[in-house]
Amino acid sequence: MHVPDGFLDAPTSIGAAVVAASGVALALRGARRELDDRTAPLAGLVALFIFSTQMLNFPIAAGTSGHLLGGALAAVLVGPCTATLSITVVLLVQATLMADGGITALGTNITLMGLVGVWTGWLVFIALRRVLPKRPLWVVPAAAVAALVSVPTAALAFSLLFDVGGTVDVPFATVATTMVGIHTLIGIGEAVITALAVLSIVVVRPDLVHGARPSLERRTLTIREGVSA
Amino acid sequence: MGAGHGHHLHFHGHSPVHHLPAHLKLLALVGFVLTVVLTPRTAFAAYAVYLLLVLVAQRASRVPFGYFAKRMVVEVPFVLFALLMPFVATGPRVDVGPLRLSEHGLVGGFALLAKGTLGVMASLVLATTTEPRHVVAGLERLRLPGQLVQIMGFMVRYLEVVTGELSRMKVARESRGFRATSVRAWPVLATTAGALFIRSYERGERVHLAMLSRGYTGSLPVTHPATATPAQWRVAGMLPAAALATLLVVVTR
Repeated sequence: MHVPDGFLDAPTSIGAAVVAASGVALALRGARRELDDRTAPLAGLVALFIFSTQMLNFPIAAGTSGHLLGGALAAVLVGPCTATLSITVVLLVQATLMADGGITALGTNITLMGLVGVWTGWLVFIALRRVLPKRPLWVVPAAAVAALVSVPTAALAFSLLFDVGGTVDVPFATVATTMVGIHTLIGIGEAVITALAVLSIVVVRPDLVHGARPSLERRTLTIREGVSA
Repeated sequence: MGAGHGHHLHFHGHSPVHHLPAHLKLLALVGFVLTVVLTPRTAFAAYAVYLLLVLVAQRASRVPFGYFAKRMVVEVPFVLFALLMPFVATGPRVDVGPLRLSEHGLVGGFALLAKGTLGVMASLVLATTTEPRHVVAGLERLRLPGQLVQIMGFMVRYLEVVTGELSRMKVARESRGFRATSVRAWPVLATTAGALFIRSYERGERVHLAMLSRGYTGSLPVTHPATATPAQWRVAGMLPAAALATLLVVVTR
């Protein structure tokens, strides 16, 4: 769900826009390291991938369904800077071409999903990667926990913004408990789907999973003899 | 890929709104929505005038209202949130029928709904009258960083290709008897997402190599710089100017 126009007052929206702009500027620099001159076409296609998976509906029960938000998934697959850029562009396209998320709330949405969502997921992921065994398949549980933490954290960040610049007087505790409560449930679904998706990629093309690179580099070439076909 | 190139996001037409340069429409949109956001929440008359202004702009675009209204469903989750406000907000209570509702919540919920709806309607006037690639060019004209413009350009260019790929995968799943009804379907859908990622990433690599072989050095040339005549500035300025005038009248009264 995207924050629409008029949800937060003008000073807060402008503040969030400044935060978003500086975050995106840093990500632009970092992405050059992650992807060099392939940035534009690859980040564009990754943005499309995130956009398309948001159209993939996962049935829950009794006719309700949800979709992937994809912040942590993108961070694990392509690295946090490229993920921030991709999600920024997805939000830009949704705001200007689909009226999904207000144009004056774009900074808020980028801050929440592109910065808080992606970077929380990434930090949790690298912290776990450090303690888990260094094998490609272990990125799967790390990605799941990253997704589980990132969604309610973004909801908490929204509650803080709503407390600072919300246009309706609702006690902070009410907003925070409701938002974090609902988003913990969403986070569980997000974690399961992220894990399944990362798993399906890491068994086929582990080299495409940015988060699995350190464990791939540790692999040495082995020559086996007498392997049956 | 048998289907023709459909225009899913914008409605083809030749109205004056369609012909305005995209960067002017973007500026007009931001100006109008900022004015709406700055309006005090009890200025009910101002919201009525804004609604009238957006509807005039919508009619001037000659996009059928039914098509326009259908696109407004993106707003639904947020409408539910706004309707919840009178129940959870603090402050003095008033009786509305059998319910005791918060006065702040009622006014606040109304303002959220009014501002959000006006924002969605104004954005849709832009979205239904502007081709995606023109929106990208407009953002470039408004000095969005070059890298972001390129990323967005690629996203818009391959939008139909990748969503088409996703719908072909859906056809393939369903022709093999798959029906997504419960949580048990998740592994299949997640594998779809995984396969889509691999295909998208590989397509990105192929596109990059194809560009390199055509002399790509990191930036794309601007072939048709967006320009605007003073008359176009005046037409595009009408909507935010009228909104701003309304706001000033309401505030100074």
